[in-house]
Amino acid sequence: METELRNAIRKLLEEKTVDVAIGYGRVGVNGAVGATFVTNPDDVDRLVWNNECRQNLATHLTRAEIKKLGKPAIVVKACDARAVVVLCNEAQIKREDVYVIGVVCDGIETADAAGNKTGALMGKCLSCVEHAAKNVDLLIGDEAAAKALDEKNAPNAKSVGHYEKLAKLRAMSQKERFEYWREQFSKCIRCHACRQNCPLCYCNRCVADKNRPTRIDTSSSLKGNFAWNILRAFHLAGRCVGCGACAAACPAGIELDLLNLTLANAAEDQFGYVSGKELGELPLIGTYSPTDKEEFIR
Amino acid sequence: MNAETKSTDAFEPKIVAFVCNWCTYLGADLAGTNRLEYPANIRILRLPCTGRVDFNLIVKAFEIGADAVLVSGCHPGDCHYTAGNFHARRRWDLFRELLDTVGIDLNRVYFSWISAAEGAKFQKLVTEIVDKTREMGPYEDYKKLVAES
Ligand code: SF4
Ligand code: SF4
Ligand code: FES
Repeated sequence: METELRNAIRKLLEEKTVDVAIGYGRVGVNGAVGATFVTNPDDVDRLVWNNECRQNLATHLTRAEIKKLGKPAIVVKACDARAVVVLCNEAQIKREDVYVIGVVCDGIETADAAGNKTGALMGKCLSCVEHAAKNVDLLIGDEAAAKALDEKNAPNAKSVGHYEKLAKLRAMSQKERFEYWREQFSKCIRCHACRQNCPLCYCNRCVADKNRPTRIDTSSSLKGNFAWNILRAFHLAGRCVGCGACAAACPAGIELDLLNLTLANAAEDQFGYVSGKELGELPLIGTYSPTDKEEFIR
Repeated sequence: MNAETKSTDAFEPKIVAFVCNWCTYLGADLAGTNRLEYPANIRILRLPCTGRVDFNLIVKAFEIGADAVLVSGCHPGDCHYTAGNFHARRRWDLFRELLDTVGIDLNRVYFSWISAAEGAKFQKLVTEIVDKTREMGPYEDYKKLVAES
């Protein structure tokens, strides 16, 4: 698959279909996998594809410095592809301005604190029922194998991984949940890596950086960490595609997925809305229906 | 407030109410002009529309010591800006789910539609919120968190 991917990108660059390819490479300390940008067809061997490709590269599509490089090709997993769809639906990019290369993915492994892979799949992968990326220009990998994986996961998709964790959390008392997050959020160092890695956190100026007036504590404090994490999660309400890039990037190992999943579940259960499913779909928040539920309103 | 019943250490809940300019604020005003008495525990903050009520303001209210929060505006169909309250309603619905997962006490977060003509409804709801909050006591969880910050 890796060779196939490299060849496809070499061709795209040679034929000048695109000016830059955004892919994965061993760019970090000790060869950790991260984003790499290839503009020269002779450099495609820098690109890799494996189960350490945790980042969602779509985050680079909206960055000014990347836009300057010209028309991009981007390597996406199925979850990442949904983020590209949301970016189009939110008018941040035009679909025809990007060449999207989907890779069939059979799951990404988590990393330990040192960045080494653990052999365990990420929570989102345990419940993944879309191993082949959709809405792409080119799909690399075995579609039949992807389908088999989808079918294997489907029966338990909503009771494993983050779903299982969230169900346990929701079964606790309100006070216990508060204590749980108090412990979790107390670890937050406010590095904002979660935001930087999220393809859908694309504001040029984040409220978290504003200090006149200060909306939320700009440095790490317990109350500020609560405010920040609530804010980050809610700004992704009805938008998050569950790629897990935020949680994978968090140096404190905070279970951001559980906050994201809470909102994704609510969007799906109450509005039948799954973010990033279809091109051209209107955002969930920003639209309304006169019949939206309001039992909770007095 | 009746001075005789008020001892210095009795718990007086602080309630923050974010209300829209065009309906609930006028409803509260009407309660006043009609001399409908309601507890002074409520601090009214007037915003243009419920659609302007950033969810972060609710968090902020707890940070500065609120024991409960009310967000209130025009009834559906009556919003001065046509649909601000429809947008708000959908957001609150999702926001409550998030607060619930985080373990914020949903019994301390209220939403209501109160029109300019509903002074009595304003009085009744505010009195109820104050009574209930008094019963629940101060929002210790959040106060502790703020104290440790
Ligand atoms: S919030 Fe996290 S899981 Fe959701 S789209 Fe952003 S990076 Fe992905
Ligand atoms: S990545 Fe983790 S530690 Fe950094 S700001 Fe986000 S939640 Fe906090
Ligand atoms: S003006 Fe009252 S809710 Fe919009």
